[in-house]
Amino acid sequence: MLSNAFTKEAFDEAMFILSTEIPLAVWETVYVTILSTLFAIIIGLPLGVLLVVGEKNGILPLPNVFMRILGGFINLLRSIPFLILMILVFPLTRAIVGTTVGTVASIVPLVIAAFPFIARLVESSLRELDPNIIEAARSMGASPFQIIVKVMIPESIPSLISNATIAITTILGYSAMSGIIGGGGLGKIAITYGYYRYKYLVMVVAVVLLVIIVEIFQRIGTKFAIKSDKRLKNQ
Amino acid sequence: MIEIVNLSKRFIGADDEVHALRNVNITIPNGSIYGIIGMSGAGKSTLVRCINMLERPTEGTVLIDGVDVGALSEKDLRDMRKKVTMIFQSFNLLMQRTCLKNVCFPLELVGIKKSEAKKRAMELLEIVGLLDKANAYPAQLSGGQQQRVAIARALATDPKVLLCDEATSALDPKTTHSILELIQDINRTLGITCIVITHQMSVIERICSRVAILENGSVVEEGEVSDIFSHPKSAAARHLVFPDGDPEVLAIREGEHRIRVVFNGAIATERPLIAQLAKDKGIEASILGANTKSIGEKAYGNMLLGIMGGKEDMIIAKEYLESVEDVIVEEVFEDAQ
Repeated sequence: MLSNAFTKEAFDEAMFILSTEIPLAVWETVYVTILSTLFAIIIGLPLGVLLVVGEKNGILPLPNVFMRILGGFINLLRSIPFLILMILVFPLTRAIVGTTVGTVASIVPLVIAAFPFIARLVESSLRELDPNIIEAARSMGASPFQIIVKVMIPESIPSLISNATIAITTILGYSAMSGIIGGGGLGKIAITYGYYRYKYLVMVVAVVLLVIIVEIFQRIGTKFAIKSDKRLKNQ
Repeated sequence: MIEIVNLSKRFIGADDEVHALRNVNITIPNGSIYGIIGMSGAGKSTLVRCINMLERPTEGTVLIDGVDVGALSEKDLRDMRKKVTMIFQSFNLLMQRTCLKNVCFPLELVGIKKSEAKKRAMELLEIVGLLDKANAYPAQLSGGQQQRVAIARALATDPKVLLCDEATSALDPKTTHSILELIQDINRTLGITCIVITHQMSVIERICSRVAILENGSVVEEGEVSDIFSHPKSAAARHLVFPDGDPEVLAIREGEHRIRVVFNGAIATERPLIAQLAKDKGIEASILGANTKSIGEKAYGNMLLGIMGGKEDMIIAKEYLESVEDVIVEEVFEDAQ
């Protein structure tokens, strides 16, 4: 079968499919990934903050029961394989989008899968912060909210950007998987042509494009993380 | 006035209890520079954090101008902290903000308009001599410069009290000197009460008027700095005054009198004091121990002299040495050792 993948006919056919479908697929992959990441950050960032500030020795201690439920909920969502999660959230997807198939519908499971992950990444970023700096802010009479908004988050920006980059590349991988439930993008092309119709060349090209997009996201993220860090001298 | 009354702090660990502070009583007059000294682990950082309630004391009260700060609501406590500010050993500047924005930070917290905050911050940076670094980030500054920015930040809300927690411990001697001068300057010109926490006796002798010596969470000695220097009573105080070991190990010999000469910033480098004592008065003194150093032209530290010529000679020598400005002389008795 594989030898058939590289004949002249197969090559021409692949070129035809790629030239007609790839531009849209790349666009779908990028916007689904970026939108999902954005929504996941909107939910995950406050949860990540709560995980840190709500601790017993945090700046805004929350009831122990609440912290356990929050932690347990995040761990629960994180332990469900994405393929299963997509199917499990069908009712939620239908309630929000009106359908369970298609590119837009795939955003819902992506957000559900990504926000607990982002909450944990935010948590780890905020824990890196020197506790002395938080103490200094307290000594100046800052309220817990002011410490979060004016100290913890701004001081963690470089680390948050690095972790956002990790998140976006992971979500990109998940979005490719959503091709299974009819989500669009490069993942769908790889599955429908490569897996269902044995057009391996198309699959290889789709995968290479995914690799390139990951590389681009990673480079941009790293660049911004370094650029934003004022701790590095002589910039 | 800051009154610390019967203050105790216990930290409850997994299987033990640590007494960080035991029944501490200290009164700090307004406008003074008050030193709290102790070895690491003595509880001095905990003590200073109890003053602004960053640490809640287990027992006891802290009164600032008669107000029991432990009884304040969270909001009132935050307002109080704007008047009792703090500087730290590790400076604790916001690393992602410029110096100017760091000084603006406490003003932002109280909701002062940006343009006004900036104007005030520039004035403060001028006071600490860093106007040219306004737009630099902390990482681009030296330790001494970072501490100056931290001082400017601490002054932004017009505090009454400045808590200095090992503020010079991360700095070299020359920078330490300039930061101490700045703190002294602030105390004199703005009338801010300064509480200086340190493990270095040299810091205390440079700028403090009174000092409390903390050991294992208790105040073992308290008083005027010059008194403690000339008569360190407790073992902890002696250890701090003579960090390299007590020089008074030799028993006083028959007919010998001992005096301790304390140099408190005396211009001693121009006059060879001991040699002149021998030349002018014919009194020979042997140096039994000395721990002195010069900062600039001035001498700090103390020296223990043994004089063999009887009590009269000792009194003459004492008067002779006392005639020098910023030199304190005390007779030392065996039982006081």
